[in-house]
Order: sequence, then C-alpha cells, then structure tokens
Amino acid sequence: MARFGMVIDTTKCVGCMDCVVACKTENQVPEGYNRDWIVQDVQGKFPTVEMEIRSERCNQCSNPPCVSCCPTGASHIHEIGGVVLVTKDECIGCKACVASCPYDARFIHPDGYADKCTFCIHRVEKGLDPACVSVCPTHCMYFGDLDDPNSNVSQLLRSRKHHSLMPEAGTQPNIFYLT
Amino acid sequence: MHELTTTRMNPQIDPTLHIWGWEIPVYLFLGGLVAGIMIISGYFIFKERYKHSYFSCFWLPHISLLLLSAGMFALFLDLEHKLYVWRLYTAFKISSPMSWGSWILILVYPTLLATTLTRIPPAFQNRIKVFDKISTFINQHPTAVKNIGVLSMIVGAILGMYTGVLLSALGARPLWSSAVLWVLFLTSGLSAAAAFVHMITDDVYERELLAKADNGFLIFELFVFAQFIIGLLSSTQMHQNAAHLLLNGPYAAVFWVFVVGMGIIIPLIIQLLAVNHKVKHTPIAPIMVIVGGLILRFVIVSAGQYSHWASAGL
Amino acid sequence: MNSVSRRKFLKISGATIGVAAAGTALLKTTQALSNKAAKGVQTIPTYCDICFWKCGAIAYVNDGKLWKVEGNPLDPLSNGRLCPRGTGGVGAHYDPDRLKAPLIRKKNRGEEQWVEVTWDEAMTYIAEKMQKIKSQYGPEGVALFSHGIGGNFFKHTMKAFGTPNISAPSFAQCRGPRDVGFRLTFGEDVSSPERTDIKNAQCLVLIGSHLGENMHNSQVQEFADAVGDGSTVIVVDPRYSVAASKAKYYLPIKPGTDLALLLAWMNVIVSEGLYDKEYVQNYGFGFEQFAATLQQYTPEWAYPETGIDPDVIRQTAREMERYKPATLVHPGRHVTWYGDDAQRSRAIALLNALLGSWGRKGGFYTPVSMDVPAYPYPEYPKSEKGKVDNPDHKYPFAHETITNGIREATITGKPYPIKGWFVYATNLMHALPNENETIKAIQNLDLMVVIDVIPSEIAGWADVVLPESVYLERFDDLNVEWFREPFVGLRQPVVDSPDDQKPNWWMAKKLAEKLGLGHYYPWKHIEEYYEHRLSAAGLSYKELKKNGIIRGAKQPIYFDEGVPAEFPTPSGKIEFYSLQLQEAGFDPVPKYKRPTSGPPGSFRLLYGRAPVHSFSRTQSNHILMDMMNENEVWVNAEIAARLGLKSGDYVRLKNQDGVVCNKVKVKATERIRPDCVYMVHGFGHNSRMLKFAYMKGASDAQLLTRYEVDPLMGGTGMNMNFVTIESEVA
Ligand SMILES: Nc1nc2c(c(=O)[nH]1)N[C@H]1C(S)=C(S)[C@@H](COP(=O)(O)OP(=O)(O)OC[C@H]3O[C@@H](n4cnc5c(=O)[nH]c(N)nc54)[C@H](O)[C@@H]3O)O[C@H]1N2
Ligand SMILES: Nc1nc2c(c(=O)[nH]1)N[C@H]1C(S)=C(S)[C@@H](COP(=O)(O)OP(=O)(O)OC[C@H]3O[C@@H](n4cnc5c(=O)[nH]c(N)nc54)[C@H](O)[C@@H]3O)O[C@H]1N2
Ligand code: SF4
Ligand code: SF4
Ligand code: SF4
Ligand code: SF4
Ligand code: SF4
Ligand SMILES: [Mo]
Repeated sequence: MARFGMVIDTTKCVGCMDCVVACKTENQVPEGYNRDWIVQDVQGKFPTVEMEIRSERCNQCSNPPCVSCCPTGASHIHEIGGVVLVTKDECIGCKACVASCPYDARFIHPDGYADKCTFCIHRVEKGLDPACVSVCPTHCMYFGDLDDPNSNVSQLLRSRKHHSLMPEAGTQPNIFYLT
Repeated sequence: MHELTTTRMNPQIDPTLHIWGWEIPVYLFLGGLVAGIMIISGYFIFKERYKHSYFSCFWLPHISLLLLSAGMFALFLDLEHKLYVWRLYTAFKISSPMSWGSWILILVYPTLLATTLTRIPPAFQNRIKVFDKISTFINQHPTAVKNIGVLSMIVGAILGMYTGVLLSALGARPLWSSAVLWVLFLTSGLSAAAAFVHMITDDVYERELLAKADNGFLIFELFVFAQFIIGLLSSTQMHQNAAHLLLNGPYAAVFWVFVVGMGIIIPLIIQLLAVNHKVKHTPIAPIMVIVGGLILRFVIVSAGQYSHWASAGL
Repeated sequence: MNSVSRRKFLKISGATIGVAAAGTALLKTTQALSNKAAKGVQTIPTYCDICFWKCGAIAYVNDGKLWKVEGNPLDPLSNGRLCPRGTGGVGAHYDPDRLKAPLIRKKNRGEEQWVEVTWDEAMTYIAEKMQKIKSQYGPEGVALFSHGIGGNFFKHTMKAFGTPNISAPSFAQCRGPRDVGFRLTFGEDVSSPERTDIKNAQCLVLIGSHLGENMHNSQVQEFADAVGDGSTVIVVDPRYSVAASKAKYYLPIKPGTDLALLLAWMNVIVSEGLYDKEYVQNYGFGFEQFAATLQQYTPEWAYPETGIDPDVIRQTAREMERYKPATLVHPGRHVTWYGDDAQRSRAIALLNALLGSWGRKGGFYTPVSMDVPAYPYPEYPKSEKGKVDNPDHKYPFAHETITNGIREATITGKPYPIKGWFVYATNLMHALPNENETIKAIQNLDLMVVIDVIPSEIAGWADVVLPESVYLERFDDLNVEWFREPFVGLRQPVVDSPDDQKPNWWMAKKLAEKLGLGHYYPWKHIEEYYEHRLSAAGLSYKELKKNGIIRGAKQPIYFDEGVPAEFPTPSGKIEFYSLQLQEAGFDPVPKYKRPTSGPPGSFRLLYGRAPVHSFSRTQSNHILMDMMNENEVWVNAEIAARLGLKSGDYVRLKNQDGVVCNKVKVKATERIRPDCVYMVHGFGHNSRMLKFAYMKGASDAQLLTRYEVDPLMGGTGMNMNFVTIESEVA
C-alpha cells in the first residue's frame, strides 16, 4: 500500500507563495480561502536571528481525527496513497472535522462543505506531481510514496534531518520538513 | 522567542477558530437540559410517581420534545450544507460522537413518546386511538412502566454524556481534550434540569426533592470543575494554556462571575437556605442555575475554539 | 540557427538599429485566435508580462475560459516554473477594475472624469494634438515613457514621428547606476536578465539583493540551487531578508554605508594578497594606483561607519577569496539608493574584478542570443535638437535616457519645451520619486496620453487613456533575449479581451497611420512582422507559435570555454583606475562619503519587493491580493515596544517634509535594524477607479519627497527619506 507524503526542504524554500497561488488556480480555491499557506518562524534577537520558512497544508495524517469525527463518512481515507479526502455530496457542513484538525487545515467552502488540500489527487492519479510541488521555483518540495523505501521522499528522509508538525497531537502527519 | 507569521487567512479559522457560534452551545445546553429532564422524569416514573402526577411523565417529556427540537433546530441552523442533512442517517460512524449523537436522537424521540404514554391526561385521551391503546397496554404491565423509566434514564444519561464527548473527541482543542468533560456536561445538565423542574412544577414533593438534588448536583459540579481544571493544569503546556484561558485569560471574567459565581455558588447558597426553610423558594436560584448552565456551554465552546496546540496564536 | 557574436552584443547594448527598405514578404493576416467556442482544455504557449523577466509560459484554457498559467518547460528562463506572480497572472485577465474603452478627459487634469470614445475618435484626437505640438515645438516636444517589451511599437511610432525622448524608469530609478559602474570597469553592462552565474557560484555575496522576495525567476531558481549545493552565502542588508535566512554570514549593515564595506573588503583582499593575481595582471589597468588608494580603508576604519565587526569583514573577505573565481558579488538591480550608486556599483565591479569572477564560471558569464534581424523599417528622421534629458551631458555617463531628466525639462522648458507625454506601462506616480514634481510637469503639458490596463494613478492625470489588452490577450514583440543560451520567445493571445481593449501594436500602428506615418508599418498584422523577422533568421513561425520558444545551440559563455576576454573600455582592460572618471572630474577609484542622517527620533525609510507583487501593477489582481492585500511597515521589535506598538496596529508615517502616508499596519519584528523601517513598494493606491486596490496599505513612493541625483548618470537615490511613526486612532 502506498502512503503519499511530502518532503519540503526549508533550507531552500523562500516563502514566495507560488505553491499557494498554484493551488488557487489549479483547484479554483475561492477568493479569501487557502488550502496551503506559508509560515515564517523567526527565532532570536536582531541581528542574531534564524528563520525557518515552511509551506504548510493538510498533513494527510495517517491517524486523522478529522476522519474519525466525521458523522457521515464524507471525510475518508482514499484507497490510493492514504490521502484524506472529503466527498462534498456527503458532507453536511457540521464542522466537527474543522474543529478536530490540530493544524487548522480545513475550512468550510462557501458552497457549504468542508474543504482542504487533496494532495491534488486528480493530478497524482494522472502521474503528475501536485500543483504546488510542480510549480515551486526553488524545487524545494518533493512528493512521493513514503512506504516505498526507494522513493525520493523516503531517501530524503533517510539522509537529511527533518521534523514534522505537532507530532505530539498524535495525528501521524505525512508531511516532513527538512532542516 | 518565536515570531510566527502565517499567510493563511481562512474565514472562521484565522486568526482564531470560531466556526461554532451560538448554535452549538445552545444545542449542547438544550441537549444537556433534556438529558437531565429525562433522567429526572425517568426516575419519577421508575419510582411510580406517574400514578400521582401528570407532570413528570407527561408534561416533562412534552417539554423535552420542544426543547430538544429547538436544540436540533439550532444544530440544523449551524450546518453549512443543510440540504445534505439526511446524510447523517445513511451512515453510522462508530468513531464519530456526532454520528452517535444523531442516532441517539433517534432513540430519544420514541423514548419520550413512550414516557408520555405512561399517563395521558384526560384532556388528551380518546384523541388518537393507538396512543390510548398503547397507554392502556403499558399500564397493564407495571414492569413495562418501570422499564420505560429506566430507558428514559439511560437514554437521558447517554444524551447528556454525548454532549460532552462531542467536544472532547475533538482532540485538537486542548481545552476540550479532558476525560471529565462529559461528566461536567452531564452534571450541569442534571442540575439545570433539576432547577428547571424545581422552578415549574407545582408538585411540592418533587420541588423539595429536586431542590435538594440540585444542591447535590451543584456541589458535585464544583468538584468536577476542579477535576477538569486540575487535569488540564497537570498536563502539557498547551493544556495549561487552555486552563488559563478560563482561570485568568480572556474568558476568566465570564467564567468566574457567570459560570462559577452566579451559576453555581450563589444559587447553591440560596437553595441551601431554601431547603432549610430559611428563605422561600423563588425562581431566582433556578434561573441562575439554568442561565449559568447555558453560559457554561458558551464559555467552553468558545474558549475551546480559542485554545490550540500551537501556542503562538497561529 | 545563428547566434550573434559578442561584438554585436556590445553594439546592440549601446545603440538601437532600424534601417534598410521594407521587405515584401507579405502573407495573409491571421486573426487573433478566438477560442470562445473551444471545448475542453487547450494549452497555448506565450510569455509572461507580470514583470520584465519574460518567462515562457503555457496557458490552460478550459471551455474557452482562462484556467491557469504554468511555466513552459522549453524555456530556459523559467525551466517550466513561473514565479508566484506569473502563476497568478490569471488574475490580470479577470480583474474587474480594468480599463474597458478609450477615455478622453472631461474636466481638469487629475480629476478622473472621463467620457468614453471610440478608438478612432481617440486616435484622431491624439494625432491632431501631436501635430500641433510638432508644428509649434518640433517633434521632440513629445516624450514617451515606456517600460517593458510591450512598448516597442510605440517606441517605433515615436521615433518615426521624430522624437528621441524615449525613457524608462528601469534606468534612472533602477539598474542604471549598476550598468554605469560595470561599464566604467569592464566596458559592459550587467544587462537584464543579469549575466550572473548564480547557480555555479560557490560563494555568493548579496548586497541588498533580496532574492526570494525579489522574484526574478531564473535568479531565484539559481539561488536555491546554490543554497542547495551548500554554497557560502553572504548577505549584507539592514533587514534580515529571506536571503539572509539562507546565509552563512549575515551582515546587518547601517543603511547607506555599503561602499565603506566594499572598500574595506578590497583593502583586505589587496593587502593580504588574496586577489586573483594572474587575472588582474592580464586584464587589469591601473591596479597599482587603485591598490594605493585602498590602503586607508581598513576594516577598523569601516567598523564605525558600517557597524560591521572588523573580524567579520576579514573573515568574509577570506571566504570570498577561498572560492574565487566562483565567487559572485551580485551587482544588485534596483540600486538607486543614495545618489553615490554608480560609484558603489563600480566598487562591486572592482571587487569582482579582484576575485577574477567576470567572464568566469560561478561569476559573470557572457550572454548569448539568437540572431534575429530587426524588421527593415524605413530610416527614422534625425532629430536636430538631440535628447532633452541630459543637457550638455551634465551626467556624462548616462547611456540611456533619464526619466527625471525629461520630467525636469518639462517643468523648466529647458533645454527645450516638452509639451506631450505618452506613458506606456509605467505608473510614474509610483515609479518616480517626489510626485509633486511629476504633477508639476504634467500641468505644463498640452497632451498626456496613458496606455495602461488598469486605471492607475498616472492614468488619472491623462487627457486620453487607452486601454490595453493584458498580455494574455495579445501579441507582442519577439523576445530575443541575451542569456545563458540563445532562444526566441513568442507572446500570443490565449483568450480574447473582455471589452474594447486593444494590443499595443495595433494602437501604435493606428496612431502612425493617423499621423501619416503609415509607411513605417509595412505589415498589416503583427504575425506578418513575425514571419518576416523569423524567416530572415531562418526560423519557423509555425514552430514558434506551437512551442512558444525556439532554442538555439548552446555556446561558450566563459573565458575558459573560449570566449575572448575583451573589455571595451578606453584602455581595453578592466579599469581599476578610471581615467574616464578622472577626466570628468570624478573619483577614479570610488571614495566613501558618509550618508546624511535624519532628524532625531526618525527612521530611514527603506522599501523593496514582496514575492507576490510587482511594483504598483498587481494590487488589483484578485489572486495576488489574496496572497497579500496590504503592505506593512517593518519596525524593529524593541523600537515598537518602546513606541507602544504591536504587530497589526495601524500607524501613519510622516516624512521629513511633513508628508503623511495612508494608514499602514505595523510588523514588529526582529528582522530589521532599529534605525530604519521597511515597506513593500507599490501599495497605497489612491486612484479611485482602482476600487479593489484603493487605499490598501501605504505608498512608499508618496513618502519619497527627497532624492539624491547620481552625478555620474542622473539616477535618483531614493533611500534618502526619514519618517516618524504616528499611531492611528481607529
Ligand atoms: N518608490 C519606489 N519607486 C520605485 C521603485 C521602488 O521600489 N520604490 N522601484 C523602481 C524600479 S526597480 C522599477 S523597475 C520601476 C518600475 O516602475 P513601473 O514599470 O512604472 O512599475 P509599476 O509601478 O508597476 O507601473 C506599471 C504600470 O503599467 C501598467 N501595466 C501593467 N501591465 C500593462 C500592460 O500590459 N500594458 C500596459 N499598457 N500597461 C500595463 C500598470 O497598470 C501600471 O500602471 O519603479 C522604480 N521606482
Ligand atoms: N516579486 C517581485 N520581484 C521583483 C520585482 C517586483 O516588482 N516584484 N521587481 C524586479 C525589479 S525591476 C527589480 S529592479 C528588482 C529589485 O530588487 P533588488 O535589487 O533585489 O532589491 P532592492 O529593491 O533594491 O532592495 C531591497 C533590499 O535592499 C535592502 N536595502 C535597503 N537599503 C539598503 C542599504 O543601504 N544597504 C544594503 N546592503 N541593503 C539595503 C532592503 O532591506 C531590501 O532587502 O526586483 C525584481 N524582482
Ligand atoms: S513555492 Fe516553493 S519556495 Fe515558494 S513558498 Fe512554496 S515551497 Fe517555498
Ligand atoms: S491535517 Fe487535519 S485535515 Fe489533514 S488529515 Fe490531518 S487532521 Fe485531517
Ligand atoms: S463538515 Fe462534513 S466532512 Fe466535516 S465532519 Fe462534518 S460532515 Fe464530515
Ligand atoms: S497538493 Fe494540491 S491541493 Fe494540496 S496544497 Fe498542493 S496544490 Fe493545493
Ligand atoms: S519572473 Fe515571474 S512575473 Fe516575471 S516574467 Fe517570470 S514568471 Fe512572470
Ligand atoms: Mo527595476
């Protein structure tokens, strides 16, 4: 079984938001809403400062509270790659999943259903990279199968230092940040 | 020091989550109140009070039906994809309290109906044949009545617990991720229900009993609150932050004044005096309890949404 | 597939061409494609115009509606990946505030009151006014401000009309000083796209170039490559930029003192003998004199000026030496900062010369290009009066026309009056410092025409506004770029214009016809023009139309690969000591002058780019505004605390001349020095017709009432303004 994940190299990311813009146009994310976003994490005191820049989105968790709390099954784990998806015609817009996500990755689409990053499954199924990955001008994002030890993502995780977001929330996120 | 900035701007989420407005606290409150009422009326039926009083076995379930329907309407108003509400009943998701809740509600209505049939007031008799028939049948089987009382208590208890579990299952909000939230909501539901019944019943026995019971519930609620807060304070930094939202943060004023002070302690004192016949029973204390219970839901729902795993207000 | 020789590059980068008789290769006019009816997803290659980098792009059109724009993998500039602005270019097409039809002013200038007219009426009106100016003041009385490739046909019409006064802010407000500084040293420009070999640099020094926020695509991609390869990055910036966060050394310099740092670096490199001796020996001129003047500039001398620890100066100098010649001291691009910019840029050139990086891998490569001959137009009339911007060569080293020179002449009427302005794709209100001078100049005009896509501030001052189709809806000139490898790019329409907008080539041609200059446009449709030029180059238009890009064969781009090491300076060598400068009365080796400081309690106002916006042109693009819909003023966290301000508070900035800006949010941050504040350029629009962008954020340009003119080349140093922060009571 494949487990899709992303590896993002924070040492190369410049926080340009191209990934965010690309998601907008690719997925027609409505104005005023974001499926992905940039976080700048600054530590220290001027001029001894460090900054980590991260492109964040739904972590496509392996233990997703947003799925377990969904009363209708609209939120589910897709059979391909373990991607967490929402079937919009099954969603009642109760927002339990929105409240349950520690990353605040979900939002209610103006049409009334819960929406979030889909890992661009429509592209992935065609053998393409997700829009954000394919557009990134610094080539700092990698997409692949974390269960395949030979995939680029697995290899990167083996060879580089990395972290994921709020692992203590117990969600088993599948996006990793190289540092 | 961390200086965190994010470019994310999703309405109702950024800068802080507020996806649930008044509807969910009202729903949780009414759900809790109805749960309490069901337990109380179930208890009275079990105790064969139905023989003396229409109030606990007929009027209370009817009032519950109204209150619960109002609550469900509030919930319905909160749904963003209303046309798809029927989807709740094409699936049962064992891990989803929301799913449990919607199926529990399916149980609640027949239970309430059954309760009303234990004693139909004369004015309502001979209207709907089936109901009269069932009522007669039930009354011929005293164990059936007792079972209905037990059922009402059980379903009520599940309903009450569920209102708390609904929130505590959403582990992303540290304030809610407490093992005693359901006890708190159940107790609060019971106390509000006791206060409610105490306020509107004209049955002296029931009033006295419930006033006493309510005092017990309120004292127990204080104890559960302590448990709740101590639990948070002895957990991770994020849980401690969450507790401080109530203790000395942005929600402290409402919490201490309305929930603890006016919602529990003052009415408790008044009611203690009342049951000891130092003062007369007035609706003041019960109203305070009921309003306190409502505000409790508001505080917990909004402070919970405010609390977050990431400390820096992302 | 031919490529132009280096000699030709040198010639082209100096002068413009356009001779010989009109060709006859006529072909049937192809109509702009109309894809309204088309079903399903169509992909059409074109190139981007959200900035001047001109990346190859592929537009996706779904059922006739523009869906998205991606990079064209064939394109060496973008490598198939656009920057965020290019990706968000879709929003330019859908912008509801776009200009829709030609407008003629109804009342007073600047009051934004118009009547809609037909194209024919507009053109007749303009042509009549132009003829009148011509008869009274000569054709030179009309000036054209034009920025970007879109203006090529207007330039052509203006030259045919007889005026040499054609200018862009990209010289005197942007890269001019840099190109002058490098010309004086190496004899050649850095040009655009910059000939910087960032991806191969093992040590990269960025002096204020905030790559990653400055999103010039290839540069950012190569920067990320270099960072990924573990190159040593040294960033000099008063602000902890994104680039600084990638740097091994971050030097938080006191604004305006970079020249002191550069001199100190060179002092270390020369005094410790760290320079590329063979290179300097072979190619250098006047090294001894140069070395002698450097002696005084020790790191200890530089310390109080720059605030940079002498040890750090030495360490970083040695680091640069370690990787030479693959050490690139980036020349920057927008370098009009303090009025000494050409000399500072020259110091950067000299530092590179010491490291032997010019012409070397990891330094500066030698750009190449496709040989696509210009269209053989009839010869332009010769102007008797010469250009107006630089009378008596006041700025002896200005090799392009100075925008502010034209503005000055329009105000004073000297050396001769300017009575007509054409403004194509440049928002002079945001681009030129001191808007009062711009307004004063405009008040002297008999005709002001603005060609824009949105009702920008400058359009608000026009007599006639011509609405252009956005780049996704039009053909433009061929992009024959000087780059790492030769290529030609085509811009072609991917969707129709929503209203009565027209492409520039159509307008320029129509105007020429109205002016009786129709013979300057021997072609009917721009596609004929392409066919002509491309077939002269032995290339196929059909192929270009299909692929968007035609690439030429790779060629040597480094000295080591056989590119001749030629330096077209007077001495034919790298001029460490410049006799040209000496003769003109300037310092032959740059000298440091301490920058003026502001009134006590004030902060120097710095500005720059945000990755998702281009200058003042993207604030009505809904997609890009969704990424960032107002700018913030960056204030050092401690200062902010002292002033009782926190992030998100609104304030107004007041400059030394009492100008107060629109309200703007504070960003209290550890990422900036305490003595300056920073704003992203381009926000704070006050054109009411820009409904969406109106009053979002604040305009840096508005606060730039002071500027220091570079005596070498007339550029406007704009980091010369100081502000105080006034809190805004809601
Ligand atoms: N205060 C301040 N001034 C600056 C700078 C700064 O950072 N701060 N930067 C300087 C630099 S580096 C530069 S290069 C210049 C840039 O200066 P400009 O090139 O003038 O940049 P913009 O302000 O974006 O103005 C561009 C205008 O062209 C219009 N436009 C956009 N697309 C089209 C099109 O397809 N057709 C037509 N006809 N018009 C179009 C836009 O609507 C806008 O009105 O500014 C310089 N001036
Ligand atoms: N996203 C985006 N990218 C762009 C553009 C755009 O509009 N948007 N425009 C393009 C164009 S035309 C240009 S010219 C470039 C301009 O981009 P660059 O040439 O890279 O940068 P500037 O705008 O000159 O400078 C801004 C940086 O210089 C720093 N700085 C200010 N004063 C000083 C000083 O005294 N010393 C030092 N060392 N640093 C200082 C500021 O803190 C800031 O980080 O960007 C290009 N790229
Ligand atoms: S596109 Fe790439 S470099 Fe830009 S913000 Fe996203 S991840 Fe970072
Ligand atoms: S990040 Fe949030 S929305 Fe995404 S799978 Fe995890 S819990 Fe669900
Ligand atoms: S909002 Fe939709 S997807 Fe989310 S939990 Fe409710 S029904 Fe499921
Ligand atoms: S994977 Fe697709 S949906 Fe998810 S953030 Fe990237 S572009 Fe958006
Ligand atoms: S750098 Fe960005 S905005 Fe400029 S041309 Fe390339 S993609 Fe377009
Ligand atoms: Mo520029």
